[in-house]
Amino acid sequence: MAKPTARDVLLNPVFQNNPIGLQILGICSALAVTSNLRTALVMSLGLTLVTAFSNLSISAIRNQIPSSIRMIVQMVIIASLVIVVDQMLKAFAYSVSKQLSVFVGLIITNCIVMGRAEAFAMANPPKLSFLDGIGNGLGYSAMLVTLGVIRELCGSGKLLGITILPTVNEGGWYVPNGLLLLPPSAFFLIGLIIWGLRTWKSNQKEVPVFKITSHVRAEAY
Amino acid sequence: MSEKKETIGRTLLVALSVCLVCSVFVAGAAVSLKSLQQQNALLDKQRSILRIAGMVDDKASGTEVRRVFNQDIKPRVVDLETGRFTDAVDPRSYDPLKAAQDPAQSKILPASEDIASIHRQERYSIAYFVEKDGKLETLILPIRGYGLWSTLYGFIALKSDLATVSGFGFYQHAETPGLGGEVDNPRWLSQWPGKEVYDDNGRVSLAMVKGGGAKSNPHQVDAIAGATLTSRGVEHLVHFWLGPDGFGPFLQNLKKGDA
Repeated sequence: MAKPTARDVLLNPVFQNNPIGLQILGICSALAVTSNLRTALVMSLGLTLVTAFSNLSISAIRNQIPSSIRMIVQMVIIASLVIVVDQMLKAFAYSVSKQLSVFVGLIITNCIVMGRAEAFAMANPPKLSFLDGIGNGLGYSAMLVTLGVIRELCGSGKLLGITILPTVNEGGWYVPNGLLLLPPSAFFLIGLIIWGLRTWKSNQKEVPVFKITSHVRAEAY
Repeated sequence: MSEKKETIGRTLLVALSVCLVCSVFVAGAAVSLKSLQQQNALLDKQRSILRIAGMVDDKASGTEVRRVFNQDIKPRVVDLETGRFTDAVDPRSYDPLKAAQDPAQSKILPASEDIASIHRQERYSIAYFVEKDGKLETLILPIRGYGLWSTLYGFIALKSDLATVSGFGFYQHAETPGLGGEVDNPRWLSQWPGKEVYDDNGRVSLAMVKGGGAKSNPHQVDAIAGATLTSRGVEHLVHFWLGPDGFGPFLQNLKKGDA
């Protein structure tokens, strides 16, 4: 693998190597917090900060970490950062933190953070790792914001709580699509986005692991 | 160097120092932000009380909420068993929801009484009085009960006759967005003020009904479309908290001037 440049690690994860779109990581929170744009934005910010700083600190001490306890050391650092982010939200953005509830805490188990720590920060210098964290955070954010915009706009006719399409319930004309407010809709949307992404950048298509052969004779009754 | 860092002593040293640094970091954040967080939680509660009573709007600033609350609202502790005021606990620090989890301060409701499905009921609750020139103007009572998926937490505000609703709403629930979640819809909530809670015999009579007939009937509220079970839950929790097992006895005493 060629040596990654700062530009690559920062921008590649947005479309080329999107953590949700290509690596299919971090789906759980992408379903849970995207029913409105505000929570999606705050969650994106939280995850980006945690990924960036966990990459930075893990990379800074990567030569000191004994490989036998490498995962635990990564977890301790990630968990500390997540707790601090959670505490900050409770102190400075209380109403959003109430909506996000456990999902901030669950950043700890978000595969993107751990994945970048293990795959990138353990092998690269701190500055590059920091940028890689920001880049992957941006990739995650791009997906979350897209979902948040579609779900909030079509599900409740609003964006960031401001009415764009006045709904029937509030005396307007727009009949909202209730499905979009429920978590499964994010699954459908992510599926469609991945389809679009792989049609656009066809090098993201995966080679099938196996091929289903056609029936060679009629099935027995 | 790589052989050296795999020794037991080295492993312990790294583990210990990482833990030490991280714990100082986490503890520092928790301690330094604690007072701010507590203020937020308190402000959030005050804001929901005032918002549901219609005394501030959603955009009101924190200082505004604090000012109105401290100036106009007087919390008083009510003993739900006797239906009278009590000084057993301090209304400023007492949390009825926490007390409901504590066996010493609450009781298990038998299934026949527990129409709101709250399982445990606290002995003391808090009523919020809004007074003008020494006379009661609005009484705000905490209510809660189970809807379809979740317990709905809210307040009901009564006018000085202690029977007419002047405000109603929830500050916390997890009902289906777009269906049961419409309990937060301002248009649905706007039909509550003016409704009569009790019938001529003093029984709770407020009912959720289907159809527009509810608009003109003071004892009926138009239920939420597509959310039968949430609507039923709302009806049950109003019946429970304003009925004989909830604030009913206290409201009667208060009316007689004997609370």
